[in-house]
Amino acid sequence: MKKRLLSTLIAGMCALAAPVAQAQISDGVIKIGVMNDQSGLYADIAGPGSTLAARMAVEDFGAAAKGMKVEVVFADHQNKPDVGSTIARTWYDVDKVDAIFDVPTSSVALAVSQITREKGKAFLVSGAATSDLTGKACSPNTIHWTYDTWMLANGTGSAIVKTGGDSWFFLTADYAFGHALERDTEAVVLKSGGKVLGKVRHPFPGTDFSSFLLQAQASKAKIIGLANAGGDTINSIKQAAEFGIVKGGQNLAGLLVFITDIHGIGLPTAQGLIFTESWYWDLNEPSRAWAKRFAAANGNKYPSMVQAGVYSSVLHYLKAIEAIKTDDGTKVIAQMKAMPTDDPLFGKGTIRADGRKLHPAYLVEVKKPAESKAPYDYYKIRATIPADQAFRPMDQGDCPLVKK
Amino acid sequence: MEIFGVPAQALFGQLLIGLINGSFYALLSLGLAVIFGLLNIINFTHGAQYTMGAFVAYLLLNKLGLGYWAALVIVPLLVGATGVVIERFMLSRLYQLDHLYGLLLTFGLALIIQGLFRNAYGSSGLPYTMPEQLRGGQNLGFMFLPNYRVWVIVASLAVCLSTWFVIEKTKLGSYLRAATENPALVQAFGINVPRMITLTYGFGVGLAALAGVMAAPIYQVSPQMGGDLIIVVFAVVVIGGMGSIMGSIVTGFSLGLIEGLTKVFYPEASNTVIFIIMAIVLLIRPAGLFGTQK
Repeated sequence: MKKRLLSTLIAGMCALAAPVAQAQISDGVIKIGVMNDQSGLYADIAGPGSTLAARMAVEDFGAAAKGMKVEVVFADHQNKPDVGSTIARTWYDVDKVDAIFDVPTSSVALAVSQITREKGKAFLVSGAATSDLTGKACSPNTIHWTYDTWMLANGTGSAIVKTGGDSWFFLTADYAFGHALERDTEAVVLKSGGKVLGKVRHPFPGTDFSSFLLQAQASKAKIIGLANAGGDTINSIKQAAEFGIVKGGQNLAGLLVFITDIHGIGLPTAQGLIFTESWYWDLNEPSRAWAKRFAAANGNKYPSMVQAGVYSSVLHYLKAIEAIKTDDGTKVIAQMKAMPTDDPLFGKGTIRADGRKLHPAYLVEVKKPAESKAPYDYYKIRATIPADQAFRPMDQGDCPLVKK
Repeated sequence: MEIFGVPAQALFGQLLIGLINGSFYALLSLGLAVIFGLLNIINFTHGAQYTMGAFVAYLLLNKLGLGYWAALVIVPLLVGATGVVIERFMLSRLYQLDHLYGLLLTFGLALIIQGLFRNAYGSSGLPYTMPEQLRGGQNLGFMFLPNYRVWVIVASLAVCLSTWFVIEKTKLGSYLRAATENPALVQAFGINVPRMITLTYGFGVGLAALAGVMAAPIYQVSPQMGGDLIIVVFAVVVIGGMGSIMGSIVTGFSLGLIEGLTKVFYPEASNTVIFIIMAIVLLIRPAGLFGTQK
């Protein structure tokens, strides 16, 4: 009886740890699969909003009018590489999905990139951050669209070191993304003449960061670099305020912060944070118009740069297919690289041979509550980093596709 | 002075933090233990009910203007009342069946509650303002201790100990314990056992909601806050011995301490250490540290 009870309990615990994966099954000509975290800590950054962005792109492209049949399906990878791999294989082998989009959580994206290459399909990453996707793990079937850890490190890290933040302590999410972000930022800090006093790696996802924050406090570093994302970053920032870390003279550097995070923290706590984004809804008129349409269909939640990136990448993907009249993954990716990009959100851009999409990045500062005039009016643009400087130079990435 | 290469003062700070996290473990595992002790139901909705507590507190503050102190009283009552409804109309039908059915029902309810909150409020969560009286903190020399965290430890200890006292030392508690052993006999003495069971479930759920209110100012009020925590809490219950009141309190606090120490010496393992301990305890004492073999 007792044993039975225990096994029941443990079975339940496993079930809690891994909720059931859901995938929509459909058939059609061009099948777009949006895979991301639909229910966990990254669901607001990408999640159902990314699916919506993909659908908006299909609509704005005018696929139906052009006689192209496009279908969008989605699935929840729960931030687990094994779950993501299973979905990718099922999508490619059984459900005839032609391309996978978004895929936040770097560990999952690296796994999906590998599978996409094996199957000769197309993978357009918006949500994942690791710069390895265009570095040593680059692939002829993958394009890394919106941002990466090198861009974040370069934008935020060098700006902070320049303004006197020259000693760092890292609070790092313990998986591929955190490690890449920490590595890329550390390189920038050291190159700009700063030093790294220590680092601590926290389990992902975490809840209580006070213990790690105390370690950061004890290091006496001027800057505590948060190499984590989503709910982890939100809780780190809140608890740093609670433990008087910012009042004590240390500053936080959110290395990857999304607008949805700022919305969750609230301006009173978030004001003054400086970080790098590659898109903000209030940049220009086309972006504003799109964001308002998006918000109206998304329960008044404004789009993150990841969701904007999904829109932009789906649009360019469909243009490439229209141009070469095939949805063969390898050929479409080659065509996407050959054509310049142009869309209402990111403007004109290009895609490099290593799969890196190029566009400007923006160093932003969070407004004070008094400065914010409307919902989601959160950022001041401090600097624009031009497209040719925003990303890692191709010869430094060790991508095997690129001959030195 | 240094202990294993870590300054002793820093270690004290970490132990204190561990104790704070332990307060939440204790409060939640206590609720589970109370429910399991009397109903023999493994309440997988517990995490969702903790989340519910935090959300209801948020709604009270932002829709009705009722602050933290009012929420501490109202929220456990409101959420406890939903527990009473769940027990009356759903759980009470399952007592004759295998544990598995109770598990499936409560697990399903947890997913529904979590999903509803996510649909309505997204996954980034909502900020809950800390009450004026508990802001700021004390500089202890080796660390800055926020007042709110002190309050969490004190409140949690008080609630845990009074629950223990009521169940182990009062007449009402003796009825409860007797009803666990032999419900038919207790009923024969004229005590309304089904009502007692309903109220016990409501009480256990109320405890989860109380923990949720206490967590709201520290953590983001988010749909997955309960899911993240509850797996650990189940491990605490297994280690303490299912159904043991004192066991769950002591285990909750001490596992908080152990987790805190792990965060200093090997942070990467801090979310697995509790499960390692669980595995060891199950091998050596399958009934848990404080449990009795039935």
